[in-house]
Amino acid sequence: MANPTLIDLVLWVISGWLVIGFLGILTLHKFTFVARVLFPLGGVGGLILALLALRSLNSGVDENRTLPIGLPQLIFHLRLDALSSFFLLVLGVVIFGVSIFSAGYFRNSAGTAPGLLALEFHFFIASMALVLISDDAYVFMVAWESMAMSSYFLVTANHKMPKIRAAGFLYLLVAHIGAIALLLSFGVLQANSGDYTFSNMRIQSLSPFWASVAFVLAVFGFGAKAGILPLHIWLPEAHPAAPSPVSALMSGIMLKIAVYGMLRVSFDLLHIHLWWWGVLLLVLGLGTALFGVIFAAVQSDMKRLLAYSSIENIGLLFSAMGLALLFYSYGMNTIAALALTACLYHVAAHAVFKSLLFLVTGSVLHATGERNLGRLGGLIRFMPWVAWLAFIGVLASSGLPPFSGFVSEWLLLQSFLFTPSLPQPILNMFIPVATASIALTAALAGYAMVKFFGVVFLGQPREEKLNHAQDAGLFEKIGMVWLAVVTLLLGLLPNLTIDLMEPVMRVLVGQGLAGESKSHGWWLLTPISIERASYSPVYFLIGIATAIAFTFILVRILYHARLRRSAPWAGGHAWTNSRMQDTAEGYGQPIRQVFEPFFSMKRQLPKPDDLEPKYEVIVSDKFWEGLYMPVVRLTEFLSALVGRLQRGRISIYLLYSFITLIFLLLLVPGVKI
Amino acid sequence: MTELSIQLINLFASILLLLAFAMLAQRRVINLVHIYAMQGLTVVSATSIVAFVTHQEHLYYSAVMTLALKVFLIPLVLHRLIKRLDIRWDVETLINIPSMMLVGIVLVIFSFNLSLPISKLSTSVTPGTLGIALACVLLSFMMMITRSKALPQVIGFLSMENALVFAATSATYGMPMVVELGIALDVLVGVFILGVFMFQIREQFESLDISHLENLKEE
Amino acid sequence: MILRQIFLQSIVSGASLLLAPLLMGWVSQLRAWLQNRKGPGILQPYRALHKLFNKDSVMADTASPLFRFAPYLVFGCMVLASAIVPTFSTELPLAKAADAIALVGIFALARIFISLAAMDIGTAFGTLGARREMFVGFLAEPALLMIFFTSSLIAHSTSLITIVHSLTGSSFAIYPSLVFAAFAFILIFLAENARVPVDNPSTHLELTMIHEALILEYSGRHLALLEWAASLKLFAYSSVGIALFLPWGINEAGSDISFLYAIPLFIFKLFSIGILLALIETFSAKMRIFRVPEFLATAFLLAVIGMLTYILLGA
Repeated sequence: MANPTLIDLVLWVISGWLVIGFLGILTLHKFTFVARVLFPLGGVGGLILALLALRSLNSGVDENRTLPIGLPQLIFHLRLDALSSFFLLVLGVVIFGVSIFSAGYFRNSAGTAPGLLALEFHFFIASMALVLISDDAYVFMVAWESMAMSSYFLVTANHKMPKIRAAGFLYLLVAHIGAIALLLSFGVLQANSGDYTFSNMRIQSLSPFWASVAFVLAVFGFGAKAGILPLHIWLPEAHPAAPSPVSALMSGIMLKIAVYGMLRVSFDLLHIHLWWWGVLLLVLGLGTALFGVIFAAVQSDMKRLLAYSSIENIGLLFSAMGLALLFYSYGMNTIAALALTACLYHVAAHAVFKSLLFLVTGSVLHATGERNLGRLGGLIRFMPWVAWLAFIGVLASSGLPPFSGFVSEWLLLQSFLFTPSLPQPILNMFIPVATASIALTAALAGYAMVKFFGVVFLGQPREEKLNHAQDAGLFEKIGMVWLAVVTLLLGLLPNLTIDLMEPVMRVLVGQGLAGESKSHGWWLLTPISIERASYSPVYFLIGIATAIAFTFILVRILYHARLRRSAPWAGGHAWTNSRMQDTAEGYGQPIRQVFEPFFSMKRQLPKPDDLEPKYEVIVSDKFWEGLYMPVVRLTEFLSALVGRLQRGRISIYLLYSFITLIFLLLLVPGVKI
Repeated sequence: MTELSIQLINLFASILLLLAFAMLAQRRVINLVHIYAMQGLTVVSATSIVAFVTHQEHLYYSAVMTLALKVFLIPLVLHRLIKRLDIRWDVETLINIPSMMLVGIVLVIFSFNLSLPISKLSTSVTPGTLGIALACVLLSFMMMITRSKALPQVIGFLSMENALVFAATSATYGMPMVVELGIALDVLVGVFILGVFMFQIREQFESLDISHLENLKEE
Repeated sequence: MILRQIFLQSIVSGASLLLAPLLMGWVSQLRAWLQNRKGPGILQPYRALHKLFNKDSVMADTASPLFRFAPYLVFGCMVLASAIVPTFSTELPLAKAADAIALVGIFALARIFISLAAMDIGTAFGTLGARREMFVGFLAEPALLMIFFTSSLIAHSTSLITIVHSLTGSSFAIYPSLVFAAFAFILIFLAENARVPVDNPSTHLELTMIHEALILEYSGRHLALLEWAASLKLFAYSSVGIALFLPWGINEAGSDISFLYAIPLFIFKLFSIGILLALIETFSAKMRIFRVPEFLATAFLLAVIGMLTYILLGA
């Protein structure tokens, strides 16, 4: 091929990852080679992929390709359009950071051999990329399943621990229940035409009922992967179990792949859009967001905290998507584009900062061997690099200006303010409540993030061993710095990012925001009009920086800079130690108190005469007891019934086969008795 | 109706709603009485404006009567009751205040939707005002449900009546004088009967906590 | 043109910087009078700031750079906040950079920094204060956002300047929804500025303090900056209150003559808010900390009802 097209190049990158994976198999135990050569190579692949996706977004290509692999009649249909390019871009950017980090992260001692780990890792990212460019249900499901399987093996990398095996099993279970729903959804979408390509699905005109069936199945399937309430149950188990770079990939990208699927089905494949779909997504999303953030605020395991925070962000994404769908169903395309921009912006922002934060937990875990917030603290003194990089992630995650989380939140709130123009009065009335819950979620996210950063990095070390914590190694640093820089850029240059989304918007809702948004210069974000709303992170940053600089200089000129160091004052109490700081549990206490009905809590309080007082509170969510346990009990009951058929005698089993055979023969058409 | 008068009526409607929510959130009995008096004043102002705009003379009488009865007389009686019964302090609600307000928000949305079809039937009814009046009735009702002492329940009952009067005058521009007189009399008699009852309850149980009434049921 | 804008912006920012401690002094002087005390005089905050700037700063050995940087950042945030809220002029070039949502974000940024700084030393008081501050914030912040949204719905804009323009617009209109917003705002105003029913700015009682616990480890110039930032916050909140609920008389035309009445009018409004604040503080008692969530949730829900009222009544 003289002039390979972009999609070919993307395929080359994907196959490159597979090759790297197989090289891993060949060098199963050559740790240095795997870590120092294979992982960085994979990272470079990510960077190339990101560049290709950028190119594709800029040139607006829409390329198709068929690969003659798979079953006869069922060849792979692949397609690279704006939507997949955008997600590929996010994927590539994150993978570069995570892969470079992984080069320094994985140790030889983990349960799975390094080479095998490399295989699983690269298989995972390759299948995620393949999901994004698939153009028929068949290759989509194949890639989707291999994504689930490879991530399952990655989650259980440390499979010697029973707890991790249990978490992995739960993950696999939910993933497969979701996959079944997806399969059914695609089955409905092809409308009995027998052709499972997406291009065929686009031209089918389903009745509103069947379209709704397909949509609800898709919500179920993709919701299971994304962690939408009440299918979130696997997320807080799997994330802490997985190695940190894997958590970063799962939280940062895999959840977004589910969002991609949702966008693809609801905006691209389905040709009609009913308003209640939007409401469904909105309600699910808001519930998930609020639930996730409340639970994030009370966690005492740092990876669980981040996992719940991911649930929250997925909720925000789904509510933005729901809002966009709602507007779109009423033909208000400009505002739909606004909400969708918020959604995509948050996809990018969350992918980057959440991966960064998970990588940070990896570094902390390596340096201290501790995941429990109650035994960390004061790490900013021993691990300044990790701490300050984490700080960027934390600020972005709390949705503070001028960081990336704020931009998407701002866009989302702006689109909420347009809801009074909806033609349905009942919808209008619930909108203030919805907006309020978004606002509450955003504020609580700040609470949870202050807890995360403050307890891990600030204060006094709560354990002796923390005093010997080492900062992250070179590879780890490069990976995290990359993600932190991207986070900063996403926060400061919203218009450039919105420019990139322009072709995506055109594909999904027919029009984009970029024209209006940058009409007052690239530094000023004005999505609708300058009178309506404007926000400029650059000015904002300059404003604050100038104020700080002026203050600093004036204080130095007019007064003095004398500084004395001494022991902390602590209100004059002479005898204080690190155990007197707030614990993670203590920090979450107000939230536990206010939102008590949400939790099921088991408290263990010491009695006054206890010689070894122990305070403990175990917080778990009510879905497990209320929803899943009944299902488990029902399943057990049903399997006990089935178990009665098992008599253990060969003649009984032969009898079963015989009866089945007779029954099936009766069903043969034309047989009459 | 002029633009300004509609705006004013809307303003009073929302003040009434605000006061209804304030009642839900208020713990002190004495403040409940104050809020009740303010509610009365709001109703009086709304009535006078409707009277002024629609030139219905009997509405002026109604306003004066409301002023005398609900802003001065009944609050005074309630004040004396509070003093005599010595129940100035905190009232614990059965449900905590924020969740009550959340239910309140749902009630507001509900009653507004309820009033939409009604307001479509008649041109003179402003849907917002009627919806808010209805919401105030329901909110007062809820307050009666969630309080455990007798006196706040009485105040809830009274404010429910306020909301009804507001609905009658502002949303539909008045009802016949006879009906209003009847209602006013009912309220007055009601307050006195309830006052007597409260003394009886206290003498019987040495407390105004109506949970004691639960003992009266047959075992 | 640009020079004029920069000039105006610096006048407004300079005025708020200088006026802010005065408002603080005015409120505490009024409180003193209402409590039959003589009071230190209205200029006391300036003297206190001067004194603190002159003192050596004593810092814990364990303090990280975050701790040293936080006072400057908090101060910068508050300067920016008071620079984008229309006070007596709506000609604020910086206001384009940040609308009402971003203003809430600025307050949140400052809050998170000061809370983290309080956790940095690792004393019991600091972490306790940080926890309480974030706790107050997580309800107050969305409530403030909802208040802004109510007025944004009226003005069809989140830009504070457009909001002021449309509220003072040509036709006089009553907005019932703003009644709710105003009540919610008063509650938030008290909570966010560490005022009496929620916190007491002059307390050092460990069971109740929030704001003082946060800044317990600061001294010298850092403390001075934080105190100044606190008064700037009070000033910014008062200006928000004026802009949303008493916007009349803010100089919109940009003509230089109208400054002659806009500035005195603004100062008058500011002092009236001070009187209101002092009265509320004198006549109410400090709440138990367990009651604070209820107080804030009430404010939050009131603001939500305000937004609802707008949608129901269309005004």
